[in-house]
Amino acid sequence: MSTDTLPLDAAPTESVVGLKQRLRRAERRRKLLYGALILPLALFLVIAFIWPIAALLKRSVDNPEVHGALPQTLAVLKHWSGDELPPAEAYAALAGELAAIRGTPELGAAAKRLNRETPGYRSLIMKTARKMPLAEGVDAQGALMTIDSRWSDVDIWLAIKRTGAPYTAFYMLSALDLTIDADGSLSATPPEESIYLDILGRTFWMSLIVAACCLLLGFPVAYLMANLPQDKSNSLMIFVLLPFWTSVLVRVAAWIVLLQNDGLVNQALMALGLTDSPLQLVFNRLGVYIAMVHILLPFMVLPLYSVMKGISPVYMRAAMSLGCPPFKSFWKVYFPQTLPGIGAGTLLVFIICMGYYITPALLGSPKEQMVSYFIAFYTNQTINWGMAAALSAVLLAATLVLYVFYARRLGASQAPAGR
Amino acid sequence: MNAYASPVERAWYIGLRVLVGLVLAFLVLPILVIIPLSFNADSFLMYPMSGFSLRWYEDFLTSPAWQQSLKNSLIVSPAATVIAMALGTLASIGLVRSDFPGKTLLMAVLISPMVVPLVIVGVAMYLFFAPLGLTGTYTGLILSHAVLGVPFVITTVTATLQGFDFNMVRAAASLGANPVTAFFRVTLPLVAPGVISGGLFAFATSFDEVVVTLFMASPQQATLPRQMFSGIRENISPTIAAVATILIVLSTLMLITLEWLRRRNERIRGARST
Repeated sequence: MSTDTLPLDAAPTESVVGLKQRLRRAERRRKLLYGALILPLALFLVIAFIWPIAALLKRSVDNPEVHGALPQTLAVLKHWSGDELPPAEAYAALAGELAAIRGTPELGAAAKRLNRETPGYRSLIMKTARKMPLAEGVDAQGALMTIDSRWSDVDIWLAIKRTGAPYTAFYMLSALDLTIDADGSLSATPPEESIYLDILGRTFWMSLIVAACCLLLGFPVAYLMANLPQDKSNSLMIFVLLPFWTSVLVRVAAWIVLLQNDGLVNQALMALGLTDSPLQLVFNRLGVYIAMVHILLPFMVLPLYSVMKGISPVYMRAAMSLGCPPFKSFWKVYFPQTLPGIGAGTLLVFIICMGYYITPALLGSPKEQMVSYFIAFYTNQTINWGMAAALSAVLLAATLVLYVFYARRLGASQAPAGR
Repeated sequence: MNAYASPVERAWYIGLRVLVGLVLAFLVLPILVIIPLSFNADSFLMYPMSGFSLRWYEDFLTSPAWQQSLKNSLIVSPAATVIAMALGTLASIGLVRSDFPGKTLLMAVLISPMVVPLVIVGVAMYLFFAPLGLTGTYTGLILSHAVLGVPFVITTVTATLQGFDFNMVRAAASLGANPVTAFFRVTLPLVAPGVISGGLFAFATSFDEVVVTLFMASPQQATLPRQMFSGIRENISPTIAAVATILIVLSTLMLITLEWLRRRNERIRGARST
């Protein structure tokens, strides 16, 4: 960057060439130097954000329980075809390993994992482990079969082999309500056990409704603001930005107060004679919709407004001066120009809505809980991290696909923050 | 509206304004409704109020749980904001000034914490930080909040830097300033409004954050939103209304500050372009 090294006394032609080279080199060095400024943040995000998320996603295919608990048994089973009962060494290895990890959490985890594959496996493992270790010199095969006749069942051994792989598609398939049968073919989970497609569908549907409501309410607001004089639209903007900046929890609390049985809305409805008894407006789907639309409406108005602000009024005037009626010229001339804003706002609201957790958790009944709730549920309540990770993977994939579409088609400059 | 408007145009003109008025009322009224209730004399969160009282503010100021949560928020949010601002501002300058393949992708990665659903961030950080002994600590909570604040600093500061004339830095260098001096004496004062706006965004994000906190914090680190979350879930009392009122005042102040910064930034640019 410094210019004190320029060879002022060199021959003109040579100095021009050298100068160009030197300038290019200096520019390159400068760019590298500035690029280095990104490093601390990139490093921070990789360690504290990217890596944790990658580790979580890996858990959706991780299958450590049986693999870690019964390595020798699995080594023996590796060469077993599965057509008949496994060799005696498999029985001996299993008996030895069960004896070794008896009473440890490792055994419990493996039993739980096997139970997910074949119901009843947990008690089988626990019952067998209690009888361990076997006396010296006893035939393990006979002993195990005496403890429980299921050890003479080929399917029971196949389950160990199947769950023994270090990686599994079990959780990912479960998240899409698919199962692998004992013979390895893919089939839909029976209706009474399939819940996840329902949850995913509900998440999409609720996000769609919220995005549509936001569009219906947000469009006129953005339109009026874009067509008013600047000082007036600035003061209207305060009405949009104040809720935008107010804590989500404050707004949720406010809606509970307003919508509860003896809240203001019900009082007003009864005073107007529209209803005799209070309506159930909260802790159901309606309450969640109202609060979500309220929370996400600014995310719709802001991108719509910025697009409409850039639409010149000249086109509308031209259309009308050519004899097109006002509403037709609005629909044919103005409205198509707002489509980028509509796309940006709707996608943005939809993306944010899909990941929502607090609002349905506080304002909805169990029937309103979306994917996020079940991710938290499997993490905190049932400690089924594989399932939590698989649902996270599905939600993350849906979010990222929509976000990439949003950023590509509508410009990443419209950051989700709105402004 | 002119005097020659047809009845249809007149109806459209009035109808649009009524509709927009209703939507804006829908946006703002719920927030305003909760404020008077925080001064209610009895313990019901409903109208009509039975009298004026400051007892719920007193409850907020004397309850150990609320005080602890306020203290926690005042530890975590500023610390997270400082980290996000420092790293984010440096990276923004780097992003605007450098040029290399994959820059767009890197930018997308840097603002991705804003896009990834919070529950996923919370679960991922919880499972990752737990073996490191960082869950249930201030350090872990501050780091997680800093991650969430970074995208807001990046987007705001890069936007401000787009309008920044880097010839000023060249001028400073030609007058003998080393890069560090030039940064603190020339670049920083000029982009300060953007940096502060970004910081405010990061602070507001952290100060309102509850989902990641649910996973990362033990009850000892419960922040103000976390305490509100359990308050709303268990038994919504007028103390919640009092806290909500305080938060509404805070967010109004932040909104005013941001607006002031935006105008200041416009004025600086306007002055330069003339």
